[in-house]
Amino acid sequence: MELITLAHGSGGRLSHELVEEVIYPIFNNNGGQDLLDAAVIPVPVQPGKLAMTTDSYVISPIFFPGGDIGRLAACGTINDLAVCGAIPKFMSVGLIIEEGFPIRELKQVLHSLADTAAEAGVSVVTGDTKVVEKGNVDKIYINTAGIGFIPPGVNLNPQNIKPGDVVIVSGTLGDHEMAVLSCREGLSFGIEVVSDCAALNDLTKCLVATGAVKCMRDPTRGGAAASLWELAGQSKMTIEIQEAAIPLHPSVAAGCSMLGLDPLYLANEGKLVIIVNPEGEKEIIARLKNHSLGRNAAVIGKVANQDRSGKVLLQTALGAKRLVTLNEGEHLPRIC
Amino acid sequence: MKPRKTTKVDPLELLEAVRDLTPLDKTVTIMEVCGTHTMAIGKSGMRQLLPPNLKLVSGPGCPVCVTHEAEVETFLHLAQHENVILATFGDLMRVPGQSSSLAQARAQGARVIVVYSTLEALKLARLYPDREVVFLGVGFETTAPTVAMSIMQASKERIANYSVYSMHKLVPPAIEALLSQGEVKIDGFLCPGHVSTIIGTKPYEPAAQKYNKPCVITGFDIEDILQALIMLLTQIKERRCEVQNQYVRGVNSQGNMSALGVLQEVFEVADAFWRGFGTIYASGLKLRERYQEYDALSRFEVPHFDFGKSVNACSCGDILKGKMIPPECRLYKRACTPAKPRGPCMVSSEGACAAYYRFEEFGG
Repeated sequence: MELITLAHGSGGRLSHELVEEVIYPIFNNNGGQDLLDAAVIPVPVQPGKLAMTTDSYVISPIFFPGGDIGRLAACGTINDLAVCGAIPKFMSVGLIIEEGFPIRELKQVLHSLADTAAEAGVSVVTGDTKVVEKGNVDKIYINTAGIGFIPPGVNLNPQNIKPGDVVIVSGTLGDHEMAVLSCREGLSFGIEVVSDCAALNDLTKCLVATGAVKCMRDPTRGGAAASLWELAGQSKMTIEIQEAAIPLHPSVAAGCSMLGLDPLYLANEGKLVIIVNPEGEKEIIARLKNHSLGRNAAVIGKVANQDRSGKVLLQTALGAKRLVTLNEGEHLPRIC
Repeated sequence: MKPRKTTKVDPLELLEAVRDLTPLDKTVTIMEVCGTHTMAIGKSGMRQLLPPNLKLVSGPGCPVCVTHEAEVETFLHLAQHENVILATFGDLMRVPGQSSSLAQARAQGARVIVVYSTLEALKLARLYPDREVVFLGVGFETTAPTVAMSIMQASKERIANYSVYSMHKLVPPAIEALLSQGEVKIDGFLCPGHVSTIIGTKPYEPAAQKYNKPCVITGFDIEDILQALIMLLTQIKERRCEVQNQYVRGVNSQGNMSALGVLQEVFEVADAFWRGFGTIYASGLKLRERYQEYDALSRFEVPHFDFGKSVNACSCGDILKGKMIPPECRLYKRACTPAKPRGPCMVSSEGACAAYYRFEEFGG
């Protein structure tokens, strides 16, 4: 089995061979564009704004039910752009690889990243590869940065949120973190959950086109609780949600009950929290339900009319109300 | 009262029944012994909806919370041994000792690895044959069998670099200690479902018969807990003191014989140190003589730590006995928060203080 060695990161012959023979072909790049030290890309002449984001991926295990670190690295950056109302266009990929990592697995991860980006209409235009001694990283870490264009007239911002707005989630919550949990060593509790890891830019484009979306978030680490808490704080509006309305996959619900976890705090990698004006609620729900990534969408609450203290309140199934704050404990590390 | 199948019961109807059964003329105090119940009650917001004279107080059933200060110092000391890898459940990481915690020790270079099962700890021992892997055994009758299994497995595979620091504790002796000390007025107990799955219903009989306290074993759904409250209030109304089992889908009267067999094989009952209580007679588990080589305490030299009293102003001890509720502690929410905990009840995800902080604050 061919393994990555420190020489693959040395800048010498093996580095060049790795880039030319393994990496370029996967990203459909013959090297012709990379005569320079940076990607030089045409900027479409149009009004509007640029959006840029970056994120690093350190998930363990790197292959999990429903995805792998490559797909995650593409989706994460695409989704960060998409929820700002941007059309994602370009992406960079930085790899930090542990000495001894099988080249076969590297190819698998990169194919997955490239395919996900291509499906989302995003070009991987530049990258970097480093190799570190065994034990200094766990298999492979990936950093991606992305650039997208925000069309004129699109302005998704927590400041847009007003009393009476509707709070929607695009599907079942907690699938990604529960999937990663279920495949960690010693935690095979016989529950089949698949990560929701998916690029959301097609769905967000379709939703933003209605003009009814005030603001969106993709609830990754910290879960929907963290997204709602941020939105409430930034808009200084109080958000009220109903526990019973939160869509949950039965296996996630069972896993949470077994492990004492709250699905509101579990990470998602292919879901949206959307704040919508009340007139647009029906149209948004219809569009979500028509899309493969929004079939289980649900209205989970609304922005309060009176209370403007920037809190999130949850009404329990028993009818009691409690405050939703940030997660204080230590959740499972390295879930993304 | 015959336990009803919980899945089809409307929790609002159960809540109404609890309200109806609560006596009008006196305060009824029920202790939920188990930390998982504390969390489930907090999460549902039930306390807000119960009549004000029906009080639910948390008990000593959170394994991290009852870990004695001396035990904390002992494992922090173990973490400093040069060749040791400590394998622990995540909840212990931030429990503050006198001057440090496992999280701080790890940041300073100690090898501390969070595991989710004893299987993982054993795997570490196989992976690092030149290091000593010490598993921190906290927990009650529920987790102790899995630790016992890991010791049996290590013995079978002749894994010589694996050992356990057993801080395991037993729930029924703690309930009895609480009652015999007579400091707290409790009218009945919600008994833990998971622990009872292993030990059955008999071990609670002294509480019911000797101390005249109704006991109901219950599960962790909100319907289970409400139904158990109905059973307790009915017993109180009819002046009965029995051990009843609401959690029939998980618990039978004699318990899980094979798990008890494994416990019996590896452990023997010993006195144990409980935070807030001190030493409770025959309330813990230590490794039997024949498994002594897997006992971290006989493998490593550890100084004797002995704290008569809590070392800071933290009231975890009184909270664990139901003498105080978290907001009555003067550190609560001021000097002690989940981000900067002063006591284990604020650290553990099942701790009463963490549950109050997270769930009982309305309008913050």
